[in-house]
Amino acid sequence: MFEQFDAILLARIQFAFTISFHFIFPAFSIGLASYLAVLEGLWLKTGKQIYMDLFKYWIKIFAVTFAMGVVSGIVMSYQFGTNWAVFSDKAGPVIGPLMAYEVLTAFFLEAGFLGVMLFGMNKVGKKLHFTATLMVAIGTFISAFWILSVNSWMQTPTGHEIAANGQFVPGDSWWDIVFNPSFPYRLFHTLMATYLTTAFVVGGVGAWHLLKDKTNLHARKMFSMAMWMAALVAPVQIFAGDLHGLNTLEHQPAKVMAMEGHYDSHSDGAPLILFGIPNSDEKRVDYKIEIPKLSSLILKHDLNAPLDGLDTIPDADEPPVGMVFWSFRIMVGIGFAMLGMGLWSLFARSRKKLYDWRLLHKAALIMAPSGFVAVIAGWITTEVGRQPFTIYGLLRTSESVSPLAAPAVAASLIAFIIVYFFVFGAGTWYIMRLMSKSPHVGEKGVKSTETGPVRTAGIAPGPAQKDALSFDPKQAG
Amino acid sequence: MDLTVIWAFIIAFAVFAYVVMDGFDLGIGILFPAFEVGDARDQAMNSIAPVWDGNETWLVLGGGGLLAAFPLAYAIILPATYPLIIVMLLGLVFRGVAFEFRWRDPDHRAFWDFAFTGGSIAAAFSQGMILGALLQGVEVADRAYAGSWFDWFTPYTLLTGIGTVAGYALLGATWLIWKTEDSAQDMAYRLSKPAAVATLALMAAVSLYTPFLDGQYWTRWFEMPNIIFAAQVPLLVLILTYFLFRGLYKKQEAAPFLISLGLFFLGMAGLGISMFPYIVPDQITIWDAAVPESSQIFMLVGVAITVPLILIYTGWAYWVFRGKVGRDGYH
Repeated sequence: MFEQFDAILLARIQFAFTISFHFIFPAFSIGLASYLAVLEGLWLKTGKQIYMDLFKYWIKIFAVTFAMGVVSGIVMSYQFGTNWAVFSDKAGPVIGPLMAYEVLTAFFLEAGFLGVMLFGMNKVGKKLHFTATLMVAIGTFISAFWILSVNSWMQTPTGHEIAANGQFVPGDSWWDIVFNPSFPYRLFHTLMATYLTTAFVVGGVGAWHLLKDKTNLHARKMFSMAMWMAALVAPVQIFAGDLHGLNTLEHQPAKVMAMEGHYDSHSDGAPLILFGIPNSDEKRVDYKIEIPKLSSLILKHDLNAPLDGLDTIPDADEPPVGMVFWSFRIMVGIGFAMLGMGLWSLFARSRKKLYDWRLLHKAALIMAPSGFVAVIAGWITTEVGRQPFTIYGLLRTSESVSPLAAPAVAASLIAFIIVYFFVFGAGTWYIMRLMSKSPHVGEKGVKSTETGPVRTAGIAPGPAQKDALSFDPKQAG
Repeated sequence: MDLTVIWAFIIAFAVFAYVVMDGFDLGIGILFPAFEVGDARDQAMNSIAPVWDGNETWLVLGGGGLLAAFPLAYAIILPATYPLIIVMLLGLVFRGVAFEFRWRDPDHRAFWDFAFTGGSIAAAFSQGMILGALLQGVEVADRAYAGSWFDWFTPYTLLTGIGTVAGYALLGATWLIWKTEDSAQDMAYRLSKPAAVATLALMAAVSLYTPFLDGQYWTRWFEMPNIIFAAQVPLLVLILTYFLFRGLYKKQEAAPFLISLGLFFLGMAGLGISMFPYIVPDQITIWDAAVPESSQIFMLVGVAITVPLILIYTGWAYWVFRGKVGRDGYH
């Protein structure tokens, strides 16, 4: 019994670790693919060199990010079977086809056109190259569509039946499975999150180069574009997040109770707990700072609406409150900080000081990785909030796990941790090195590294020589 | 033909497509240390840089497709070969990032080249062992794997593992004959011959070993009337062997690679003869493991529409980067 428990916990940690690491890359590459498509589209439309320079600057970063996303993603397609075999057997007929559609309609599209996007500009011409870039961007979107449909079905399962052998099987309509109740909200909320994540990375890199040289036109352009995204998307995201929360309240009330820290029911208006320390042993939130009745106003749009607490949920069905409570606050806090950045940038823009206020640039630099923290925090909120179930209300996590010995899961978990930190640590370092180089006229694409115009290891030219070498108008088309 | 059989063929197709396309990728990784640092290695790497990612997607389709079409088989085979799967995945992580990292960090190029080779060998070896572990049989009880987590380690699986490494090396070497020139191509010709000898010897060894495993393999291969059909496979292998060596001695460029693919196709056909209609030999048939018809139809629509398109644009990507890779990479 004890060993079985250990294997479950280790399997959960392994899945959480591999998926969190993986999620970082698509969270960035979905937004970045769209940004690259926009840059190349603007270049084709206006013919301005600066857009192609920025395209080539960011595509090098995209190539490294995408490679890490691919290899960490292959791991995910096997994690279901290695650690969650019973879940795979039972849910396979429902979620398997959705994942197969992800591979068929998204992964192949991305991978098939990526080679041309990275290496093919001079082989296929501008129009076809732009098509390839669009296909990669569309592919990342389709991928998000299917995998979030799978995840949403696990959160709010509909459209299935349960067969005699215990399997979940499709009911009359696949439509009900794919478009399950939480899916539209989750899809929109997650896509906006990837756009914000990318915007803050681009904005942070722009800010870094503005701090070094505020006359750098390329840095100005990327900073300006990123701040427009922050100003426009952050408010939309907060609104979408609210709708997503209301949807969760309807379908997964226990998750919202944990997010809010409501151990007790409130018959006459529930308070909004801003901060506090959830104490699950005593079933109360210690040291809490709360605003009376605000939670009822947000969730029920009525100050005095009664709101159930975790006391209405059997202990065996309760999610872990602490993690959900904290990760939710981190996500929301970052969301509002992003909104603040957007508003600040609008104010600076209206004063024509967007490229002058160093404090704004420093803040943008600090906020550069904030999107990643927010998406992981949001992911923890929704996934831990679904516990103790894998398929909400229907299949328990403890009943989903593979018949594996704890040492096997522990050994592979350690291997994943070592390899991921090493490999993706190195990749992140390379990305940061690319970002630290200032964007300039005649930027080179993926094929040209610092060692010269040809992708071969050789004598590295000095900085001045490199700039001379890299100015090649033909590169642009 | 019923939908379950169609799905068995689709999964077999995905696995074969993976072996065909990623086999030469991994083979180049396996042979990488034999090539000189600099021009030869860069040519070898550049010959697959634009396509490796698409090639590995077939592995995701193989895994994801198995989950989607035969979830019970997926739920048994993966726990049964757990450590091998993990090693394969970590190997693929190392070799996948090496494509980008070796260019981004010239100071540590030697390390990432080593990671490229080590990852490729680990992935190829574990894929071969997974296949061997499946063929030698896994314990099943109550819709789940019932063996211990080291059952897969036997002399037979070592043999299938080494055989796969040799086979991929042959695919890699013959691919490089086709795509490279000068010193890189000379080296590829030199490597092809031992790789071909090793592949054929190990193919023969595995073929001779398999009928002596527990299971119905003896009956499937050597009893009438099966033997009449089954005998065509080794016969065709002999014919292809002749043309392979002829091609290598006559310095043909494309033929050795295409003939090597033919050898893999025959290996796959042999596998089909050994296994069909079981998906976990002697335990679970494809019908036991299949999802309900509604899931099969839903996916079949997707496959019918997307797979032809995938083959077209994948073919287009190969066409764009056709010909010799040249010194400058894809400029």
